[in-house]
Amino acid sequence: MKLKRYAAPAVIAITAALALSACASNEGGAPAAGGSSDAATTSALSGTLTGIGASSQGSAQEAWIAAFQTANPDVTVNYDPQGSGAGRESFISGAAAFAGSDSALSDDELAGEFASCAPDTKAIDIPVYISPIAVVFNVEGVTDLNLDAATIANIFSGKITTWNDPAIAALNADATLPSAPITAVHRSDDSGTTKNFTDYLGKVAPEAWAEKAADTFPFQSGEGAQGTSGVIQAVTNGVNTIGYADASKAGDLGVAKLKVGDEFVEYTAEGAAAVVEGSPIVEGREANDIAIALDRSTTDPTHYPLVLVSYAIACQEYADAAQGELVKAYIGYLASEDGQSVAAESAGAAPLSADLSSKVAAAIETIK
Amino acid sequence: MTTAPVKPAAPPRLKAKQRPGDRIFSTATVVAGSLILVTLAAVTIFLIAQSIPAFTAQPDDLKGGAENFWAYVGPLVFGTIWAAFLALLIAVPLAIGIALFISHYAPRRLAQGLGYVIDLLAAVPSVVFGLWGITVLAPFVQPFWSTLVDLFGWFPLFAGPVSGTGRTILTVAIVLAVMILPIITALSREIFLQTPKLHEEAALALGATRWEMIRTAVLPFGRPGIVSASMLGLGRALGETMAVAMVLSPQVLISFALLQSTNPTTIAANIALNFPEAHGVGVNVLIATGLILFVITFAVNFIARAIVNRRKAFSGAN
Repeated sequence: MKLKRYAAPAVIAITAALALSACASNEGGAPAAGGSSDAATTSALSGTLTGIGASSQGSAQEAWIAAFQTANPDVTVNYDPQGSGAGRESFISGAAAFAGSDSALSDDELAGEFASCAPDTKAIDIPVYISPIAVVFNVEGVTDLNLDAATIANIFSGKITTWNDPAIAALNADATLPSAPITAVHRSDDSGTTKNFTDYLGKVAPEAWAEKAADTFPFQSGEGAQGTSGVIQAVTNGVNTIGYADASKAGDLGVAKLKVGDEFVEYTAEGAAAVVEGSPIVEGREANDIAIALDRSTTDPTHYPLVLVSYAIACQEYADAAQGELVKAYIGYLASEDGQSVAAESAGAAPLSADLSSKVAAAIETIK
Repeated sequence: MTTAPVKPAAPPRLKAKQRPGDRIFSTATVVAGSLILVTLAAVTIFLIAQSIPAFTAQPDDLKGGAENFWAYVGPLVFGTIWAAFLALLIAVPLAIGIALFISHYAPRRLAQGLGYVIDLLAAVPSVVFGLWGITVLAPFVQPFWSTLVDLFGWFPLFAGPVSGTGRTILTVAIVLAVMILPIITALSREIFLQTPKLHEEAALALGATRWEMIRTAVLPFGRPGIVSASMLGLGRALGETMAVAMVLSPQVLISFALLQSTNPTTIAANIALNFPEAHGVGVNVLIATGLILFVITFAVNFIARAIVNRRKAFSGAN
């Protein structure tokens, strides 16, 4: 009787074990199988792909990996979110097949060698992840807030200290602003979000924000909180607070409208995608290198310029052709319509616009 | 007992019989004993070896524009000790009170139950205390801190502007105090219970009230014990990471203000926050700050041990 009760699970377990071990033996077997792949038969791919890089892509990468491995059961993809800098270093040294990075390769890095690329070939940057950043606030009695870059810069650098400061009041004629002190919350850990936020302030309001864009918040003022969730938590639980965070995490908090040109623009995924599409591609790099010089100071009110663009960095040509096939298939998936909608669902990313997406697809097609 | 034993005629040397169990057991204990030394040595060697590049780090590799490693680590050392000191200031009087209540005031059955509850507090993971700190404690104390700044803002410790979220070093000190309360309480209670009954009864017989008995007999007897218990608590407070990283609004600076948004951060929390994105020499710098923390906690434990040993020699128990 007892035996019978355990029989069914045991059979399932044995079947599963057999099935899994069958997988494993395939995996070791034939990297050559990847050679004949085109878009229709990607499931013929096999092997292991390692990526290291930006933590901003972390949750999107998890979803991408899950979906990609379901479609290609013989492929194992690992993504280690150690940070952009660590990702680029590992990629250059050959420890990772591709890197995720919140900034494109620098000229210095491009001048050097790339260990996993074929000799005399360079690496290319491919934008795969656009994440809008929202300026969130929690002020009693205020539901709508209009801000321009100079005012935000002055708030976060500690020059504007109360909510009813004339500079804020001038932008918000209809709002009743309290005389309470402002608590400006920034990231206490290093973050690409901080880098893009400070880059935006520096580009649009250089006279108010002289600091260079950096992962670390540059001032010894204001309040620090750990991670995106920490910032959201601090802004939500505090009084008269303001902070910046991935737009997808803003929840019920008030989100400030940014001044673009003469209008105040609310964050939308379309606006974020539009500013990336409207921005020029950095000149003087490889033909397939799509490093975007974000046009933060755009005056087009359909654009939302406070965005983070994260790249996948890959070789133009891999020394190991099988690895090249894998990277091409994987990054091709990230940039595809499917991949972008997965990222939008799992991480609140803004999908690539149609125009940029075709440019990206063309660049990925050239990876060997 | 006091008479010298009569020396027996030298017996033939008997070799103790060695059973396999003896041999296995003694080997196992020796291995276990040396393993702890090997582990300590391995950690020390790792810390020192990995720290060396940090001592010559250039300003570019250091955050906050510090000129060299020592200028960078200075505020962190200050923050570590300052936060732990504040926690101790809150926890020690409270712990002594609880311990005395359990050992001398409470009815026996209640005392036992209370002892268990205190020990249970030690089992709560620090990350849970961190979550409690940011979601419950910080919003709860913020209005109090606000009032404190309004009324006593002239006093440097309570200087404004007050933090709007309550995530200040004083809040962190409260969280830390709750975390170190169990160890200090448990040890103090043990010490108080060891007070010789004769001393206590003598004090009472001479007409002392219960409070006077505690003051004249229990506390002097327990003082070294309280000190070493506090030191052990201090050791835990110095190394506490998650709760501080989650609750504190950190900056690398030296400031005595308790209620502002800019607070000196601790070494452990700083490592936890910055390690995920650190690379190159940045990693070495963080490990080197870990070495400094290691030295500080080692010194604290060393002092605690010294005091405990002294107590053994001069305790009133003999």
